[in-house]
Amino acid sequence: MTGVGTIAVQTFRSMLGNVKMLLWVLLAPLVVITLMYLVFDVKNETDIRIGVPDTMDPTFTEGLPEDVEVLTYELTPVLDTLLDTHELDAFVSMEDKGLNVTYKNEDPPKTAAVEQAVETGVRAVEDERLKGIMAALPEEAEIPKIEIETSFLYGDSASTYFEKMFPILTGLVLFFFVMVFTCITLFRERTSGTLERVLATSIRRSEVILGYLTGLGLFVLLGTVMMVLYAIYLLDVTIAGSMIWVFVIYILVSFSGAAAGMLIALLSKSEVRMMVLILLVTVPQIFLSGLIPFDYIGDWFNNIGYGFPLRYAGDALTEVMIKGNSWSYIWNELLALALFIIGFTVLSILGLKKHRRV
Amino acid sequence: MTKIIASLQDADKKFFFNQVLADINLTVKAGEIVGLIGPEESGKTTCIRCLIGMEDLTDGKAHVLDEQMPKRKMLSKIGYMGQEAAIYGTMTAHENMVFFGKLKNLKGQELKSEIDKNLKLVGLHETGSNKVSKFSGDMKRRLSLAIALLGSPKLIVLDEPGAGINPGLRLSVWNHLRTLADEGAGIIAAAQWMSGVEQYDRVVLLNKGRIVAAGRPEALMNEYKAASIEEVFINMEAVT
Repeated sequence: MTGVGTIAVQTFRSMLGNVKMLLWVLLAPLVVITLMYLVFDVKNETDIRIGVPDTMDPTFTEGLPEDVEVLTYELTPVLDTLLDTHELDAFVSMEDKGLNVTYKNEDPPKTAAVEQAVETGVRAVEDERLKGIMAALPEEAEIPKIEIETSFLYGDSASTYFEKMFPILTGLVLFFFVMVFTCITLFRERTSGTLERVLATSIRRSEVILGYLTGLGLFVLLGTVMMVLYAIYLLDVTIAGSMIWVFVIYILVSFSGAAAGMLIALLSKSEVRMMVLILLVTVPQIFLSGLIPFDYIGDWFNNIGYGFPLRYAGDALTEVMIKGNSWSYIWNELLALALFIIGFTVLSILGLKKHRRV
Repeated sequence: MTKIIASLQDADKKFFFNQVLADINLTVKAGEIVGLIGPEESGKTTCIRCLIGMEDLTDGKAHVLDEQMPKRKMLSKIGYMGQEAAIYGTMTAHENMVFFGKLKNLKGQELKSEIDKNLKLVGLHETGSNKVSKFSGDMKRRLSLAIALLGSPKLIVLDEPGAGINPGLRLSVWNHLRTLADEGAGIIAAAQWMSGVEQYDRVVLLNKGRIVAAGRPEALMNEYKAASIEEVFINMEAVT
């Protein structure tokens, strides 16, 4: 199997020779992850703006959570225009007995947060009234306060949405980039005729495929290490478990991406078909890798995800990075990833038959 | 009788229902340069790919050195140059030669001397350490040819070898091919419209996947009263 080494070295070197492409491929994933970091790293600082008339009971406004901005209006304004032009999330006014709340509801999740804020305000008013009743009572009654003590099974109060998504997102980004990169590299070998020329020697098909996989894999390894170190040291993502397992999983993800990319490059007749196949392989994985819980559709839908490598990668990475578990919790995911790699590789070797019959 | 290096017998090739080759009988003997000539889409490339076992024949047999093709091991005795230059742009000419030389199982001193010899032949020995991406189209074709000739193959298969090589060098390349043939190699070259048809010992004219005529170039030209192979095709169309 000397051919494997020859082709691996060749693939690796021809990539190093192309500095511009090298930078693109290594830096682009970092840019994407940084973007995701900026988008998802929200520390629950949604700024809520609520409008009230000046006749509003001050207990209500004072009782609102601190991060809620309250704007007072002297006259009752025309609500439709006000909510939009002043960027209010809700307008609250006091009727005889109840509250009259109008939500903008442009962004439903935010409305939920506003609703919560309003409820807090209402509770403050109710407390106030309760106190009045209590004072009227003859005895010195005190309502015992309930103290809440919080602790977290995973992570801490500083855990952000980004940290939950990080394992799956990085797996996805890595898989996608490696796959596209491998696909294009191999497709280029096809169109330039070098693949044909390689096949016109007595090398085995398996040597060709394993050679490409090793060469590309070495290169991809470089990218993986960069990405993980970048995330941990610059984006400050905390990893509960062992770094070794994190790397092992990422390496398996890269290789399954590379193997899938090879298969696609060998099977697609044109660039357009190649792009369509890439989309067909990646887009479902975005939704099915556990990023979005599809509990409401039903288990059967969620289970489709187990037909894709990223599902296993996401599960394993979550176990290690968030729950701090190791081998005994992730071995079956690792096994599944390894099987994907072997499967794609074997299919690629068979797919190469299209280019040389023996 | 001279040794038959490669042959196709009653070869048929279909891609689905599209008949690309029909009833092809073709031999390449040791010491012979055979021209496979035909217009575009006439099946030349498929013919060549079937001969060296890159494709299966739907019907019929392909042999190289008495072994039935497709057979992987036999590929090490074949020097193949496809239509594309098929070289790595990011590497130097010399590195390209080393890579393909290694794939052809050449090692050490033999690899080195083969590379030097063939680079010199195509006139690239002085530019061997330059990156291929800086090469002109002509130089790329020459390098491609040098790679095909690595390791003194017994059967040399060239798809459009003359295209893009400048005339002065073409002659020296032909001379070298002649030397290789005299040393016992069989050579088959596919070409569209061929200038310098006198270089071939025998030509096989291919049209729409069938052999329409075969023989020594002069004999064919006499038969169809033509001054060139192109005219042979034209006159043939006029008859049919």
